This record gives sequence, structure tokens and C-alpha cells, in this order.
Amino acid sequence: MSDIADRVKKIVVEHLDVEEDKVTETASFIDDLGADSLDTVELVMAFEEEFGIEIPDDAAETIQTFGDAVKFITEAS
Amino acid sequence: MFDLTGKNALITGASGGIGGAIAKALYDAGATVALSGTRVEPLEALAAELGERAHVLPCNLSDKESVEALPKQAAEVMGSVDILVNNAGITRDNLFMRMSDDEWESVLNVNLTSTMRLCKGVLRGMMKARWGRIVNISSIVGATGNPGQGNYAASKAGMVGMSKSLAYEVATRGITVNCVAPGFIATAMTDKLTDDQKDKINAQIPSARMGTPEEIAAAVLYLASQEAGYTTGTTLHVNGGMAML
Repeated sequence: MSDIADRVKKIVVEHLDVEEDKVTETASFIDDLGADSLDTVELVMAFEEEFGIEIPDDAAETIQTFGDAVKFITEAS
Repeated sequence: MFDLTGKNALITGASGGIGGAIAKALYDAGATVALSGTRVEPLEALAAELGERAHVLPCNLSDKESVEALPKQAAEVMGSVDILVNNAGITRDNLFMRMSDDEWESVLNVNLTSTMRLCKGVLRGMMKARWGRIVNISSIVGATGNPGQGNYAASKAGMVGMSKSLAYEVATRGITVNCVAPGFIATAMTDKLTDDQKDKINAQIPSARMGTPEEIAAAVLYLASQEAGYTTGTTLHVNGGMAML
């Protein structure tokens, strides 16, 4: 697993208080990991800080799964 | 009773009578304050009167860029914004049938839209801190209406609906959002009224007098406090019983 994926996973595990093995490529933050819509906003905020990038609102809406997040951040950074 | 030591507060409209009293109440409770307003001179005078925990941040709330920059400037100068008091407001009264688009838009823009922008600007920090207090200064007029103030009343009622919606969204993060709705308050503006006019106003108020800026500030101080953590989405009416809502 890439360094980015590791760092994203760490944030997700900490923020949503879930088991690490639940955070799979296709795991949806809301449907599978128990996040509410505000949690997803906070996750995006945490990604922005961790990776020093800016994630615009319309892009943030497309980040639904762990895989989405890793893909977006890989492309942005 | 209320201790705000270590908390940082941003107050808009701090050059006015009510805003100045709010700033003083929060400062006296131990908060560091950022005083915002359009007129620099009274802000500097207030900051000098308060002391070293007071900072001056002039801002024109009708300018989008200035409004969006304000929370960042406040966080830079104080370290964070834990308490936001949206107190600034303007009036441009006219009979509804004569009201121009410009009169409508300028009042909605300064009173309501800038409040929304400032709330957005401070939320990120409050969410991270898992603590925040937003107090929006509405008006009795937002609940009762007032002839000649269709624009002002709409902006003040709009604040209440906005505050309730935001209160819902961020309640689990330790952030409260409330309104204070003053009735008739004695300020430089009401000093201009004649005794006869004042008597007429006082006759409509069960307390038979106008309120003081300090009485509004006391309501804000409560809502800004740690103790008010379970009070959110509400509007505290401070009007001498003029409208019992």
C-alpha cells in the first residue's frame, strides 16, 4: 500500500473510530463506516491539512469511499 | 459567574453602543477580543479603554472579500476564534411600496449575508476545537415586524432561521448557535428622540423604560459561556416584556 493510502487510512480510523481492516478500497464513509455528512466534511478538512492541498467543495462531494479519497489525493499532490 | 479566560472572541459592529458593551462584557469576563467595525477611531478608543487583550480589525461588511478575510485575520491576531458575535447591522428604512432594490439588497447583504459568511469562516476552527459559541444579534422587529422596516425585519428573521439550521448541524461538535433579539435599547441613536417620542415608546414597554446596551451584553455573555453549552438554536428576547415570545 502506498504511503498516501496509509496516511489516509490512519486519518479515517482515527476520525471515525473504526477497525483498520474495515477501511477497504470500496468502503463508503457513510454507508460502511458509519460517518454522517458532517464527518465527511471533517475528513476532507483533515485530508487538506495532512497533505497540504485544497479540496474544493464540488470535488469533496465526489469523495465517497476510501478509494476515492486516495485517488483524489494522489492526483492532487 | 461566567469565566471566559483563554477564549478568543470576534465582535462585529463593536464601534456601536451595543457592540461596545458586548465587547466590554466579554473582555471583563476574561476573553481576548477582536473589535471589528467600519469606523476605526471609536474602535481604537474602545481597545485603549479595554486594555492589552483587545485588538482592532476594521472591516467593511458590504465587501465580500473583506468579510471573508476577517475570520482569518482574527485567528491570526488572537490564535483562534472561539466566540463569534455578529452584531453589526444597518437600517435603510422605507415604506415597502417605495423600497428600492438597492435598499433591500444592501440591508440583506450586510445584516444576513455577511453573518452567514462570518459563521462559515469560523466554523472550521470551532469544529476542530470541538467548542464554539456563535451569537447572532437579531431584533424584536424580526419577530414582530415594523412598518418601514421590511428589509431590516427580513434580515433579522432570516438570521433566526439560519442560526437554527446551523445549530442543528454543529450541535454534536460542541458548537452552539443562538440569537439575542433586543427590543428598544438606549444608544446614541435613541438619544436623538424627543422626550415626547420616548414617552410614547416607553408606554408600550411593560418595564416602562428602554433597555441598556449592558443588558444586551449580559445575554450575549451568558450564551458565550461554558455554562450555556446545552442552549442552542434559541433566541433570547431582551425587550422589557414588549413582546413576550
